Amino acid sequence: MHPIFRNTTRLGAYLALWTILAALLGALMRIPGDLAWSQALSVAVPLCLFYAFVCLTPWYLCRAFPLGTAGVARLLVNHLAAAILACALWIGLARLLAVVMELGSRLDSAIPQLVVIGLLLYLLSVALHYALLAVEASREAALQTRDAELRALKSQINPHFLFNCLNSISALTSTDPGRARDMCVLLSDFLRKTLGLGERASIPWREELELARTYLEVEQVRFGARLQVEMQVDDDCSECQVPPLVLQPLIENAIKHGIATLVDGGIVRLEGHVEDGHLAVRVENSFDPEAPSPRRSGLGLRNVRSRLQTRFGDAAHLHVAAQNNHFSAEMVFPCHKTNS
Amino acid sequence: MKLRAIIVDDEELARQILKEYLDKAGDVEIVAECANGFEAVKAAGELRPDLLFLDIQMPKLDGFEVLELIDPPVAVIFVTAYDQYALKAFDAAAVDYLLKPFSTERLGKALERAKALLSDPQPRAFQAAELAAAARPPGQALERVVVKDGTKVHIIPIAKLDYVEAQDDYIALHSEKKQYLKQQTISSIEAQLDPARFTRVHRSYIVNLERIARIEPYTKDSRVAVLQDGAQLPVSRSGYARLKELLGENV
Repeated sequence: MHPIFRNTTRLGAYLALWTILAALLGALMRIPGDLAWSQALSVAVPLCLFYAFVCLTPWYLCRAFPLGTAGVARLLVNHLAAAILACALWIGLARLLAVVMELGSRLDSAIPQLVVIGLLLYLLSVALHYALLAVEASREAALQTRDAELRALKSQINPHFLFNCLNSISALTSTDPGRARDMCVLLSDFLRKTLGLGERASIPWREELELARTYLEVEQVRFGARLQVEMQVDDDCSECQVPPLVLQPLIENAIKHGIATLVDGGIVRLEGHVEDGHLAVRVENSFDPEAPSPRRSGLGLRNVRSRLQTRFGDAAHLHVAAQNNHFSAEMVFPCHKTNS
Repeated sequence: MKLRAIIVDDEELARQILKEYLDKAGDVEIVAECANGFEAVKAAGELRPDLLFLDIQMPKLDGFEVLELIDPPVAVIFVTAYDQYALKAFDAAAVDYLLKPFSTERLGKALERAKALLSDPQPRAFQAAELAAAARPPGQALERVVVKDGTKVHIIPIAKLDYVEAQDDYIALHSEKKQYLKQQTISSIEAQLDPARFTRVHRSYIVNLERIARIEPYTKDSRVAVLQDGAQLPVSRSGYARLKELLGENV
């Protein structure tokens, strides 16, 4: 379907533009002095409204013959043929209207100008359609790039985490086979969930939370008593639709730049609640302010921020604060309960 | 020959599996297990082990910093999960490296290498600080300097470093009116520091640009840099040229 029909305001604006054109055309037809305003407009307005729709047809032709790929000669022949056809319809209707309005031959003097105007309007519309297509193509390209980035992000499992887990499992096999098996199950769970998110645009918050929980359980095997987890998440958040893996980078940061920097470890606190139709999530952890800043500092946060921005615009925000040895990240975004 | 080894890793399970493997190997005696860099530096100083199994990512001091601070240097086997930058440097800096998880066979090979190197009557000339510097990822400026003072370890954040002075085989790091000695050459620390924040004003001096209060003429050909705390550092002609380039004409 033509993009102008996708939205009624756009269609309205387009028709309003043609109404102005109709007024101008009416004024033009009055110049020879044979027609009254009412007669001129009764021809010009229906004529222009009809032509408004004729001038939308280049959309299909322009898509069939994109600039740059189709040959110039073919392009010209096709568009000119279409322009002549459109113009013939335009003149034919003008004559028909003249007959209906019983104007006799008083419109005849305006016919040569009408031919020129009809051809020019059609060709102008062709040019505008090519511009429109170029805009759509670039928007599409931007969307695809973002999708690709997102897919890359979703499939990105921290290798450091993975290999350390495997090492923990390896250590547990001889001392505590039961726990080794549990760890295998947890890790598989986490991997399966992460990999499964690749194709989904949004997931319910409870799934995101479940993923974080699994991740933290795995990390608790690794870090032992050094990692303590506190969770306080309201049930009414469960069905909020969130971009997949929006929480995960915050949790990973809390471990990697927080707990892992402390000899005695610390607490990772996760809070979530709904307020005024917004989901507010808070991740807090302790960290060592003297630890050297991480190599890929801020990459995860930047990702989360840009994904919230693309999804929710200014309705979402992510705020981080480090004070003494306490770090907190808070994100707030609209909670849509159904997957739209 | 029974090797005396120290295991350094912040994860208990990681220490546990290494211990289990080494017990099986039979000819290694584990003299200490350390959960962080500080403990490792202390234990290595007191126990003088032959061999160190060293994790890279740890709280307080990372593996490279531990390596810098251990004196005299010992043979090191890095044990790490994943570190793309470090891998390249391991060949030069360490006896071997083990990627977690590893097999007993792989550990056996590393032990053989360690024994071969340790039984070599020619001790390897081995400058820990230089090696650690080489092992850092390229293009990443130092964010803090670690110095050992007896059994104490000082961590000097770069922002608190006023200037560095060459003293024979050592460098003196001046920070907040105190001075810390470290065995390293001035050229090697110059290469590690961010050139936008530190510059070599003299053969023997590197200065933190933010600390310079003014530059005064000294003799016909030389100048002195007066720092905010009043310290005066000689500035050579080429050092002055560098300062002018970094700070503009108004120095």
